[in-house]
Amino acid sequence: MELLNSVIMTVLRMATPILLAGLGLVVSERAGILNIGTEGVMLTGALFGAIGSWAGKSIWIGVLCAVVGSVAVNLIIAFFSITLKADQTVVGTAINILAGGLTVTVNRSVFGIGTDNADIPLFQKIEIPVIKNIPIIGAIFSNQTILVYIALISVPIVSAVLYKTNVGLKIRSVGENPRACDTLGISVDRVRYSTMFFSGIMSGLAGIYISLSQMSSFTEGMVAGRGFIAVAAVVFGNYTPRGVFIAALVFGMADSLKYRMQASSYHVPYQFWLMVPYIITIFALCLYRKNSNKPACSAKPYIR
Amino acid sequence: MEFLQMNHISKQFGNVTANKDVTLSIKKGEIHALLGENGAGKSTLMNILYGMYRQTEGEIYLDGKKLNLSSPQKAISNGIGMVHQHFMLIPAQSVIENVVLGLKDNKTVLDLKSAAAKLKKLAETFHMEINPWEKVSNLSIGEQQRVEILKALFRGARLLILDEPTAVLTPQEAEALFDVLRKLKIEGCTIIFISHKLKEIMAVCDACTVLRKGETIKTIWVKDIVDTRELAELMVGKTVELTIKKEKTEVGKPVLILQNVSYQNKKKVQVLKDISFQVHEGEILGVCGVDGNGQSELIHCITGIKQASKGIIMINGTDTTREKSRKIMSRGVAHIPEDRQKYGIVQEMSIKENMILMSYLHKPLSRFGFLQSKNIENYTKRICDEFEIKAQNTDEKIMNLSGGNQQKVVVGRELSRNPKLLIAVHPDRGLDIGAAKYIQREIINTKKKGGGVLLVSSELDELMDLTDRIMVIYHGQIIETVSTEKTSLKELGELMMGIKNNVEEKNA
Repeated sequence: MELLNSVIMTVLRMATPILLAGLGLVVSERAGILNIGTEGVMLTGALFGAIGSWAGKSIWIGVLCAVVGSVAVNLIIAFFSITLKADQTVVGTAINILAGGLTVTVNRSVFGIGTDNADIPLFQKIEIPVIKNIPIIGAIFSNQTILVYIALISVPIVSAVLYKTNVGLKIRSVGENPRACDTLGISVDRVRYSTMFFSGIMSGLAGIYISLSQMSSFTEGMVAGRGFIAVAAVVFGNYTPRGVFIAALVFGMADSLKYRMQASSYHVPYQFWLMVPYIITIFALCLYRKNSNKPACSAKPYIR
Repeated sequence: MEFLQMNHISKQFGNVTANKDVTLSIKKGEIHALLGENGAGKSTLMNILYGMYRQTEGEIYLDGKKLNLSSPQKAISNGIGMVHQHFMLIPAQSVIENVVLGLKDNKTVLDLKSAAAKLKKLAETFHMEINPWEKVSNLSIGEQQRVEILKALFRGARLLILDEPTAVLTPQEAEALFDVLRKLKIEGCTIIFISHKLKEIMAVCDACTVLRKGETIKTIWVKDIVDTRELAELMVGKTVELTIKKEKTEVGKPVLILQNVSYQNKKKVQVLKDISFQVHEGEILGVCGVDGNGQSELIHCITGIKQASKGIIMINGTDTTREKSRKIMSRGVAHIPEDRQKYGIVQEMSIKENMILMSYLHKPLSRFGFLQSKNIENYTKRICDEFEIKAQNTDEKIMNLSGGNQQKVVVGRELSRNPKLLIAVHPDRGLDIGAAKYIQREIINTKKKGGGVLLVSSELDELMDLTDRIMVIYHGQIIETVSTEKTSLKELGELMMGIKNNVEEKNA
């Protein structure tokens, strides 16, 4: 029982950053933007969060900084792909390389090269009064940090916004047929920028979750492909919030398996277990899908 | 002042003048045709009226009120609706979602149910049937068009612009559309009907304004028109010979034989099922059907672009089922492909280079692997003269030519090889009347010289004018082959929709 609880807790913890970023991505992808640069955006969020929390001596200042930093980078991607109509894969890749270098530079100039961590306020675990007393469920759902709850609550919210509201209809339509939206007086660019703004916030939260909830400080390159996995989770989850939720759990499971197997089966080289999440990603992307919700104009800039 | 008054409209795109001092006036409740060839400026004018483009000069008045149409939103709120030639629908969403998309008075949380009820009521007013919850991708083209019309009416359109609405419809669907238009007219709706099909204008419109080269030529009452040739002349600016003389020729041995040809695409969909037919020397066989019923795949299999998964294809007595395109072409086959931009020409290259695409390998155009520029120049010039291709010089990039001249390059290149078998797919799609008739005559000439022709077209009139027999393809099967002399537009239209009963009755 103990073991099961701790497995599920770990899965949830590993799934959270993918879920947060993935939910943001679902929205912007539905509007027709393929954001490969999420990896870099999350990395920026992770660093800015750490710096903000450290300098402001409050985790909430950290959250604010992470969100501002990630939104800024995401809007740069948006500017290139929406306004300048550049190739989205190229822009995203460029941002990833840029973020990779820039975070290292800024990190070293702020925290120095030393390995001893500065004293950074972290996310606190929250005990939920009633739920914590329920067996099993209490152990899993209580005692997590706030971002886990935000991620979980966001699933039905994002789903409702996409499918039930006026804004959601506009978002889905812009990704399917921007020209049609234009003829109805909808500003394609404004809708797309808004979704990038939202997905910037979510990627920022995902970033600071990695640096200050999973870990306790920023380390270089710490996002380690989870931005790409979030992009994959959107495809795997067939561009729906619920699907992304399931995908995030699968990837979270693979991630937690990695640690457990590294510890228990020493005769297998540990690098093998490190590969597992990525292998799952590749298989997930190869899965044949008949009724894909992939937007018809995904990754295509709209030119009037 | 009339209901709609567009005064002295001019529109420039850079150095190109799309509209020049155009004046259009339309009475309330009339169906007004806008007639003109491709590039005459019809679409530009209508896009100005719908707020997509901004006019360089001129004023627009609707119901006596001067309009400033800076966006489609403004046009919509002034009661102007437009059904674009390429539908502006989102196939992945339901009808009702498409209808309410972008409405100004939508609540934050959409109330699709009451909107659906309202749409149903609106549809019933015009005797249209529609299921608001159906996904648009499941609808036929005709139904999709109905959704587009309803979308405009739902927004309170009093003036409806239809851009080439019948281009994609079967004759029956077109007839149904005309019924809807007549009902709309009774309800007080004003309609602008863009077309270059003279027959339709005569059938459904009250008045007609002719545009040519971006200028208004004339507005006439349809009831005053005695002869459609009059309209054609106004549109083209010179006398055009509309009739094509179909000559009886001796039918010889078969040049193309298909036996039980089937084709399965990558998605494992059976696109062609058991197709068998023959094309003989001196014969034009038409292939007719709604686009997407397997015509493209059939042609690709014959020309070697795709390989049939079953069956045998024989050209001039040789089995070519497994041969590559070049080999097939070298057997006296000429191909005027369906999409000239994609398969017919290389946009970035010169006329000369495009002209030799089929024959650059052989003497005298090439010797010891080197191109012979002088011979190529002469060769190109000869074909340009023969096929009346208008160009500054043969080094000009082909993308600078008009659609008609581009197509003439393709036709010239293919026909100058004196084909035994000509495969022509939509040879005059998107061309103006003059060029279209020219190409049709060249196809007849090929037949006269003893070649066999397989002609794929979605224009029934064209098939009736040119072919000897017509084969109707439906869902990848040949549903019927009829003799052109004995068939009618009505029968073909029904066959195109897969209705075969009438034929059986007639034969019985």
